Amino acid sequence: MKFNKNLRNIFLILFATLALSACSTAKKSQTSGDVYTGSDTVEYLASGVKDRVFFATNKSSLTSASRETLRKQATYLRKNKKLNVTVEGHADERGTREFNLALGERRANAVKDYLMTYGISGKRISVISYGKERPVNSESTPLAWSQNRRSVTVKVK
Amino acid sequence: MKKIIILLFTFFVVSSHANALIKVDITRGNLDPLPIAVSPLHVEKTSENLENLDIKKLGINISSIIEKNFKSTGLFNPLKREAFVQKPDIAHLKPRFEDWRLIKAQALVTGKLSVKNNKLKVEFRLWDLTASKEMIALSFTTTPTNWRRVAHIISDKIYERLTGEEGYFDTRIIYVAESGPKNQRVKKLAIMDQDGAKTKYLTLGNELVLTPRFNPSNQMVTYLSYFRNLPRVYLLDIETGKQEVVGNFPGMTFAPRFSPDGKKIIMSFAKDGNSDIFTMDLETRKVERITEHSSIDTSPSYSPDGKYICFNSDRSGLQQIYVMKSDGSNVKRITFGNGIYGTPVWSPRGDLIAFTKVRKGKFYIGVMRSDGTGERLLTENFYQEAPSWSPNGRVLVFYRETKSGAQGKGFSAKLWSIDITGYNERKIKTETDASDPSWSSLLSK
Repeated sequence: MKFNKNLRNIFLILFATLALSACSTAKKSQTSGDVYTGSDTVEYLASGVKDRVFFATNKSSLTSASRETLRKQATYLRKNKKLNVTVEGHADERGTREFNLALGERRANAVKDYLMTYGISGKRISVISYGKERPVNSESTPLAWSQNRRSVTVKVK
Repeated sequence: MKKIIILLFTFFVVSSHANALIKVDITRGNLDPLPIAVSPLHVEKTSENLENLDIKKLGINISSIIEKNFKSTGLFNPLKREAFVQKPDIAHLKPRFEDWRLIKAQALVTGKLSVKNNKLKVEFRLWDLTASKEMIALSFTTTPTNWRRVAHIISDKIYERLTGEEGYFDTRIIYVAESGPKNQRVKKLAIMDQDGAKTKYLTLGNELVLTPRFNPSNQMVTYLSYFRNLPRVYLLDIETGKQEVVGNFPGMTFAPRFSPDGKKIIMSFAKDGNSDIFTMDLETRKVERITEHSSIDTSPSYSPDGKYICFNSDRSGLQQIYVMKSDGSNVKRITFGNGIYGTPVWSPRGDLIAFTKVRKGKFYIGVMRSDGTGERLLTENFYQEAPSWSPNGRVLVFYRETKSGAQGKGFSAKLWSIDITGYNERKIKTETDASDPSWSSLLSK
C-alpha cells in the first residue's frame, strides 16, 4: 500500500512537471496575453515588412510589436508612393457573426489610423471587414483563434 | 431566378362545431404528446392523371407531410398507419369512434381529394375521438402543383384548432447554404419550405452573402452581400429576382432587418471603425441615424409594434443587449448576467427577446422578457447563434457549428430548432451545410 502511494506521488509530480513545462513553452513561443506573437501565418509585403498584426479577444488596440510592424509598413508605403493598400480586418470564430463584422472593421481602422499618423494618406488605404468569414487557421483551438484575430495589409493591384 | 407562383386558395368552411374536449397545452414542455391518427386522404376514382404527379399517391403523400409536421412539434404523436381500422373514404364520412379509440387515438384527421380540369380539390375533417365529434371541416381548391402547401395549410388549421395558437407550417426559411473548406467557404442564399422541402438557391456563390432576413409582410428579403468586394445591405424580391443596394452609404452596411410594417430597413453602418444604427425608408429613401456612440452598435431588431428597438452594443466594455425607443432615445441596458450577449431578436408576440449568450467558452440560445428579466437558457453548445422566431413565437431556429480539427477537419454548420420551453430540439435537414436562418411569416395569411 505504502509503496503504491509513493509510486502514485512520483507519477503525479512527474505528470505535473511535464504539464507545466509543456504549458510554459507553448505560451512563450506563441502568444502573449492572448495576442499571437509567432510568425507561422505571417506573410511579407517586402523583405522584413510583415503584412499583418494580431489582436486580443474582443480588442482592437495595437500592441508594441504591432506598432513596430506598422511603422515598417508605413516606411515601405512612403518609399512606394504609387502603391495603394487594403487593410482587411478579421475576427476569430468565437463571437456572433454580426458583432465580428463590426469588430473586424474596427481593427482594420485601428491599423489605417496608425499608418496615417506616419504620414500615409487615408486615400491610399481602404478597409474591409471579413468578420469571422476568412480564418487563416481553420482549427478550433485558442492558438488558431489568436492567429485569426488579425489585420492584413494587402497591396491593391 | 424562378418566379414564385402566386397561389390562390379558396377556402370553404363546410361546418364547424365548438366545445371539443381535447386541447393541447403548448405553454410548457409537452411530455405527453397527443396521439393523433392521420388517415390517408382518399383519392376519388374520377380524378384525372397528370404528368409529373402521381395522383394515386397524392392522398398518402399529403397525410405523410401532415404527420411529419405534427411530429416535429413534439406536441403530437402521429400513430402508425398499419393500425388503422377503417378505410379512408368511409372514415371521412363518419368514423367509428370506438374503433379509433381502441388504437389509443384521441384525434383523427380524414379527408379526400380529387383532380378535375387541372384543379386540385381537397377536403379534410378533424375529429375529436374523446367527444365523438367533428371539430373542423374545410375544403380548398388550388392548382395540383401546390399539393405540398395544401398539406401545410391543413396542418396549420389543425394545429390552430387543437392548441389555440396560430400555426407555422405554411412558411419558408431563407438561409445561407455553405460549401467548401472553412477558410474559403462558398455561400449562397437559399430558400426552402419550413420542413426542408423545395430548396432553391437564389445566388450563385460568386460573392460572399450573409444574414438574409424576411420582410414580415411580403416576400422581400434583405441581406449582406460582398458584391464587388463592397459589403453592403441589399434588398431582394424573391418573386422577381430583382435586387438593389439599400442606400448610398460610404462604407460597410450590415446586420439588416425589416421594420414590422416592412417599410423600413434597420441596419448598422460602419465608418472609421465605429458602427452605428441607421434606418432607411424604402419608399421615400430617407436615411435616419438612430444611435450615435463611439462603441459598436449592431444587430438591431424592432418590437412587433414598432415602438422599440433592441440592439447589441459594447458601450459598457463588453457586448450587452440594450433597448431604446425607435427614435433612438431612452437607451437602457437590459442584460447584466455573467457572460456576453448578442443577436437580440424580438418575438413576434412582443413578450420575449431571444439572444445568443457566450459564457466560459460555451454558446447558449436563450430568451428573456423585454426588460431583461426572466432569462432562460434553452440550449448550450460549442458554437451556436442567430435565433429567428417562428411566426407564432413558439419556436426558434438557429445555426450551430461544430468544433474543427487541423485544416478545418470535422467542421459543419447546420440549422436547428428548439421550442421556447427548452424542449424538442431538432436538426433541420438541409441539402448542404447551412447558417443564418430567417423564418417567414405565414404565407396564406
